[in-house]
Amino acid sequence: MLRNYFKIAIAVLKRRKFFTFISLFGISFTLTILMVGTAFLDKVISPDYPDYKRERSLYVGSMELQNSKEGWLNRSNVSFYFFDHYVSRLKSVEKIGISSYSKASNAYINKKKIVINYKYTNADYWRVLEYRFLEGKPYAEQQILHAERVAVISKAIKKAYFGDVSSVVGQYISADEVNYRVIGVVDNVAKTMRNFAGDMFLPYTVSKENYKKPDLMGSYSAVLLARSKADVPKMKLEFDQMMKKVPIGNKEFDRLYCNADYFFASITRGITGDGKDSGITKAVSVLVALVILFLLLPTINLVNINITRIMERSSEIGVRKAFGASSRTLVYQFIVENMILTFLGGLLGLLFSALMIYFFNSWNLMDGVRLSLNFSVLMYSFLACVFFGLISGVYPAWRMSRLNVVKALKAQ
Amino acid sequence: MIRLQNIEKVYRTDTVETLAVNGISLDIAKGEFLSIMGPSGCGKSTLLNIMGLLDEPSRGTIRIAGQDVSSFSDQRLARFRNEQLGFIFQSYHLINDLQVLDNVELPLLYRSSSARERRDLAAEALEKVGLSNRLKHFPSQLSGGQRQRVAIARAIVGKPQIILADEPTGNLDSAMGNEIMDILINLNQNDGTTVVMVTHDENMANKTHRLVRLFDGSQVQ
Repeated sequence: MLRNYFKIAIAVLKRRKFFTFISLFGISFTLTILMVGTAFLDKVISPDYPDYKRERSLYVGSMELQNSKEGWLNRSNVSFYFFDHYVSRLKSVEKIGISSYSKASNAYINKKKIVINYKYTNADYWRVLEYRFLEGKPYAEQQILHAERVAVISKAIKKAYFGDVSSVVGQYISADEVNYRVIGVVDNVAKTMRNFAGDMFLPYTVSKENYKKPDLMGSYSAVLLARSKADVPKMKLEFDQMMKKVPIGNKEFDRLYCNADYFFASITRGITGDGKDSGITKAVSVLVALVILFLLLPTINLVNINITRIMERSSEIGVRKAFGASSRTLVYQFIVENMILTFLGGLLGLLFSALMIYFFNSWNLMDGVRLSLNFSVLMYSFLACVFFGLISGVYPAWRMSRLNVVKALKAQ
Repeated sequence: MIRLQNIEKVYRTDTVETLAVNGISLDIAKGEFLSIMGPSGCGKSTLLNIMGLLDEPSRGTIRIAGQDVSSFSDQRLARFRNEQLGFIFQSYHLINDLQVLDNVELPLLYRSSSARERRDLAAEALEKVGLSNRLKHFPSQLSGGQRQRVAIARAIVGKPQIILADEPTGNLDSAMGNEIMDILINLNQNDGTTVVMVTHDENMANKTHRLVRLFDGSQVQ
């Protein structure tokens, strides 16, 4: 039976080539966009260089003070003091990797402007995150304690600043008119890893800001590392309990929010959430709604084409019914045929996606971002194919199955 | 084999009501070859479609092979058509995208039979109508007479008890028409299949056991 359906499906596809082109183009183009989009999302969500220990990590990135009576709030990054004074004392936290947000400094090399994005970090930052050192090593506690002007730089800035030289450890690099001695060079971090990407990393003690100032808000964020994956919920609980005891210290505000989030929540909180709500539900709903909307347009198009195509085959429908096909069998046949069309479109979509990703990577369209079509991307795409096939096949098939046999036979 | 009692078929539009079949009662015995004649639009095909359970009467009852089919569900009707009835149409109604063999095995797709069994039965049916050398051809590669023979093979492949033929020779020249008629007579005589045929051709009708004439939806002979 399936072989018969397959033969018919292929014959129908060959019959009206323009319709086939429109159908396949609609499916494959939509799937390509979805697959590349999913590959991008997957890149952002999955553990990636240098943040490989996500299963053991919680992320703290924002501090929110609220005046609930008047309904206004103040939100920013977190102070170094907060991490040092409160978070570092939590028992379930094994290590805290603290870093400031990137600041930009301009340097001029051979009359060419180079922008150096630099961040301040603590020593454990290099233990929590797994940067690949191409030469040299990170700064240690002692160097931080003595506020040594040392720097770890990225491979990209090494090339831009020093040119094609084999080693730069021991040489000096200048940012904001201060010279720093290079002690290590790390591999570049993709721009999608916003919190960890940077051109130069410096000890927090060389910052001009007063990192000891007992404020809650500042310019830092942190990755809290638990001893094991199983300890993460405990760490989260301990963090939340600690937050209840942190004094607000400012009479203008009556509420204080700071969260140790799982990675995905740490992203959504910044986009669709706030201090109280992680924003996951909202973010996922928006994403799902967008995907459905995006899938809906080609689906409606396919439904229309399918109705036209099926009605062209009314004589066949009449014959099949006359010889014993029930309405249900016919619905099944047309859905199977539509699935075959959808999977052909899916295969084409896969091919186009692989090409797009290949060009995206080889033309280096986003610094250091290497996309790939991995298993999860394929799974999502397969689900999208099934969605397409069913949605665009069911309604036309149902309409067709309702055709009166005599009318269907006369239609030829 | 087929018992029609007081069958009426009314087609209704917003403004007009047309009585296509008007109170026809008919008993067709097992193994009978019956022809239905009458001018165009007299309700012959409508009556045949009602007998074939392709159309519902507005009034009256139908019993086929001892069963009252008026209360059958869509599924049951489909199975009944598949097992008991075979259709031959004036314009063949072959599926042009499928090869001859695939066309013929179509009724068997809706039964629980293996692919091999289907192939064998379809090949056997095609041999019966003298087309065993055209299995891999497409309908468009055949003459009118050959196409109608494929249609007959499709109608008999499931070994139904009843064949309903709607002007099977209508699109063919007399030589081809006679060939088709011979096949139908053969089926009726050798296999005991009941055949009901709508025709315009007096000569063809005269070769059958009984002739029913219709005029304006009513039986006149």
